[in-house]
Order: sequence, then C-alpha cells, then structure tokens
Amino acid sequence: MMIQLEGLVKTYGRIKALDGLSLTVEEGELFAFLGPNGAGKTTAIRILNGLTAMTSGRAVINGFDLTKDSLAVKRLCGLAAQHVNLDGELSVRENLEIHGRLFGLARARRRARMEELLAYVEMGDRADSLVKTLSGGLKRRLMIARALLHEPKLLFLDEPTVGLDPAIRRRIWGLIKKVRQDGVTVFLTTHYIEEAEFLAGRVAFIHQGALVTEGVPGEISARLGAWAVDRFGDSEMKSLYFGDRESANRHIQDNNGEFSLRRVNLEDAFLNLTGKKVA
Amino acid sequence: MSAFIAVFLREMLILRRRLKRQISGMAVSPLLYMLTFGYALGGHLEIDGRSYLEFLTPGLIAMGSMTQAFSIAADINVARFYFHIFEEIQAAPVSALAYVLGEICAGLIRVLAATLVVIALGFLFGVGLNYNFYFWLAVALNGFVFAALGVALALLVKSHADQSLLTNFIITPMAFLGGTFFPLDSLPLWAQHILTLLPLTHAAKLIRAAALGEAPAPTSFFCLGAAALLFLVLAVFTVKLARD
Repeated sequence: MMIQLEGLVKTYGRIKALDGLSLTVEEGELFAFLGPNGAGKTTAIRILNGLTAMTSGRAVINGFDLTKDSLAVKRLCGLAAQHVNLDGELSVRENLEIHGRLFGLARARRRARMEELLAYVEMGDRADSLVKTLSGGLKRRLMIARALLHEPKLLFLDEPTVGLDPAIRRRIWGLIKKVRQDGVTVFLTTHYIEEAEFLAGRVAFIHQGALVTEGVPGEISARLGAWAVDRFGDSEMKSLYFGDRESANRHIQDNNGEFSLRRVNLEDAFLNLTGKKVA
Repeated sequence: MSAFIAVFLREMLILRRRLKRQISGMAVSPLLYMLTFGYALGGHLEIDGRSYLEFLTPGLIAMGSMTQAFSIAADINVARFYFHIFEEIQAAPVSALAYVLGEICAGLIRVLAATLVVIALGFLFGVGLNYNFYFWLAVALNGFVFAALGVALALLVKSHADQSLLTNFIITPMAFLGGTFFPLDSLPLWAQHILTLLPLTHAAKLIRAAALGEAPAPTSFFCLGAAALLFLVLAVFTVKLARD
C-alpha cells in the first residue's frame, strides 16, 4: 500500500480543515481527490509533504510513518504544488539543478535525469530560459518535471491544471497519464470533474474535511443512474436520473418544460451526496 | 552536504544575476555617510588623534556587514510569502541545520562584497587601514550573527509587513547606537552598559580596533561568538517551527 491515512485531523483555531480523514491508495494507482475549494484537498497534500503539521491522526507512506520518518517519506515523494513555486530568477536548468541537489542526487545522475526530463516534458529547447519568461503551461510542465527529477515513487499533483486553457490542460493530462504508465503512483487533487473522470482510476470525494465516498469514477456515477435530465425552472435547474436513455426520453415527452439530456457524471454524484457543486 | 550546497548555490545564482544592482546598492549608504558625516561635518574632527573618517570607516564596515547579512531575511521572506519557494525546500529531505547554514554562508558572501565596497570607498577618501586576520574574523563573526538572526526572524514573522517592522525596530537603532558613528565612551555609563548588550557594539569595537592596528578585546570576540551560537540555534528551531 502506498498511502494509508487514519483519522487525519487538522485544525486552525476553531476551523477544522480536515475532520478525521481516512483513506488508502494502492501502489501504481492514479488517485484523484475531488472536492470544491476549501474542502481540505490541499491541506491533506501539504500534510503528506511535510509543509503542514497534522493536529492528530496517522499517515503511513510506503510503510514509513510520516511523523517518525519524515525525511524517508520526503525522499519517496514528489510534489507539484497548486501555486507555481519555481525560482523565476533562475533558468529552467538551474531550477532542476537545485532540486536535484536538495534531494541528494549525485552529479552524473542529476545531469542525466535533467536531460531525460527536459525531453520528457518537451522543454529541451527552453532549458536555458529564465523561468519568469515561461508561459503558465510551460511552468506547470516544468513543475511536474522537477517533481519527478529524483525518481519519486509517489507524485502529488495539487490542482495541476488550474487556470490553464483547455488545450494546455489536455497536454498536461497526457503527461500525467505518461507518468502513471511509467509506474509512479499519482495522487491528484482537482475540482475539475472531467479531469478526475479522464485521469483517475479511483476517485475520493472530500467535503468539509471529511471523505464522502470513494470508488471507480464510472461506478460512483452509476449509483445514480446512467442518464440525467436537467429541467430548467424559473430560478433553478433540477436534475433527474434514469437507468436508461428510453426512460429519460419518456420523462421528457411526458412533461412540459425545457429539458436537456446528458450522461450522469461525477458532478451529479457529488451534488447528490453533499448538496454542493464541486466547481 | 548536498542540501547545504543547494541552498547556498541558489542564493549565489540569484546574487550573480543581481550583482551590479547589489554592488551599487551596497555603495550608496556608506558613500553618503562618508560624504556628510566624514567629509562635510567631521572634516576637522579628531577622535583619539585620528581623523573622523578613519574612525567612521570601520564603523561603516560593521554597519554594512550587519545590514547585508540581515538583508537575507527580506529575500527569505519574499521567497516564502510571495513565491512560495521555501515550500520546495520544506518538501525536500533537507535538515534545518543544512538550510540555515546555506543561507548564512550566502549572507557571508554578501558581507564580503559589502566590506570590499566600503574599503574601496575608504581608499577613495584617503583612508588606509589594517585589514588583518582579526579584522576579517570580526567581520565574518558579525555577518554570521546577523545572518543567523535574519533567518530566524524571517521564519518567525507572519507577513512581509512584520519583516519591515523588525528591521525598523532592531537593525536601524542598532546601526546608530552600536558605536558606528561616535565613540560609546562619550555616553553616560548606564547607556554604555545597555549598549554592550548589542552585538553590533562588539563588532564595531573589534573591527575598529583591528583596522586601527590595536589589540582587539577577547571579551568582544566571546560575546559575538556566543551571539552567533545563540542565533544559529534559534534559526534552526524556527525552521522546524515554520510549518503551519
């Protein structure tokens, strides 16, 4: 097992950012943590990467207890944070060089990995550019490359495509899939439904610091039905769920109003379980 | 060792890119002090048989090494609150001591540059002093003390505004009261006793004594050494506390 969380609690004064979070992630999984802003996704990632101290609970990463063996855990993990935390005044290569040294990579290995990863994220031609001159998409790719430099077994991606346009987002998705295919366990947080559906083998919903449900994306959606009919009322939209398309169409024909028919998705499941939208 | 080098190297790469600006910045204050206090106001003043400029220059070296060493606090602060670069270090398997020593050594390089700038300005004003082993030891100790204090305070504060306040309340008074511009024995005894609590007082005494070819006081070396150790421990402690 790669990640095992038991009753993780994080409080800031009276506010509970995490409220007894328990979950497991298997080795080699691409696991998505889905929830709206403020649900506790980033807090969980920050705790697992040693940036935030947990209030109580237990976290075990690949057999190492986070509290007792934090340095061993850090050697196993790579993190691409939600906000860009690259050194803008350094070049792409220099950012990677510093990261490699921070993780104790020997010179030859460091240089080889830098070249491999620059090719991997297709940034070889920008190796000597200052980071502050890169676009948002390139910075994201560099953050993923940097997080992979020391060959982590577990990669944390906190909202990896937030603020990026759809074309660049798809390119980052391709990169994340490639990382997963190379055997790295990926723990991803997102509030983009389509991102979780496209990438994740397993999804967990988090709401107000607690786990709501978890499972395979298709199976979670299927608990509601296969087809959704949205009805646009005077002030709000209501959705009804049906097991098959014929039943959904029959409902539209039998009722007056403005309807639209679509497949059930994770947003429906989240809304149904929490009463809130993800995004 | 690798992590220490990473922290130090990062600061050096940034310093290299800013070097021209940094050197000009390091020259502005001492040049103005030499012109106004040393040349215009103190041109005919003598202290213990030496020109005021000869008295002032080692004081400016003490002050410059203090401010340059402490200025790493502002950079750590910006890297922490605005660019979140400190998180990259927090997420890496880096010991608090390696991080602190990396930053302190980077501070010492700035101190060296600032000291050379003041020495060069002194030459321009016709001030030739002794730059012997004790002089450089005192400069390095002074740099270590204030770089360690800078790291500790940068990680204790909760915002960039707090950082500016600390500079105003700690560094600015020390710069003026630590024996930089006037001999402390011209003050009442009670004030002298209070000012001996400031590390800069000892640094200015040591740097001035060594630069003027006099014997530096071992007690001042001891006081600076003790302050260096104390602030080093404090800095390591604050790095460990820096998680939210």
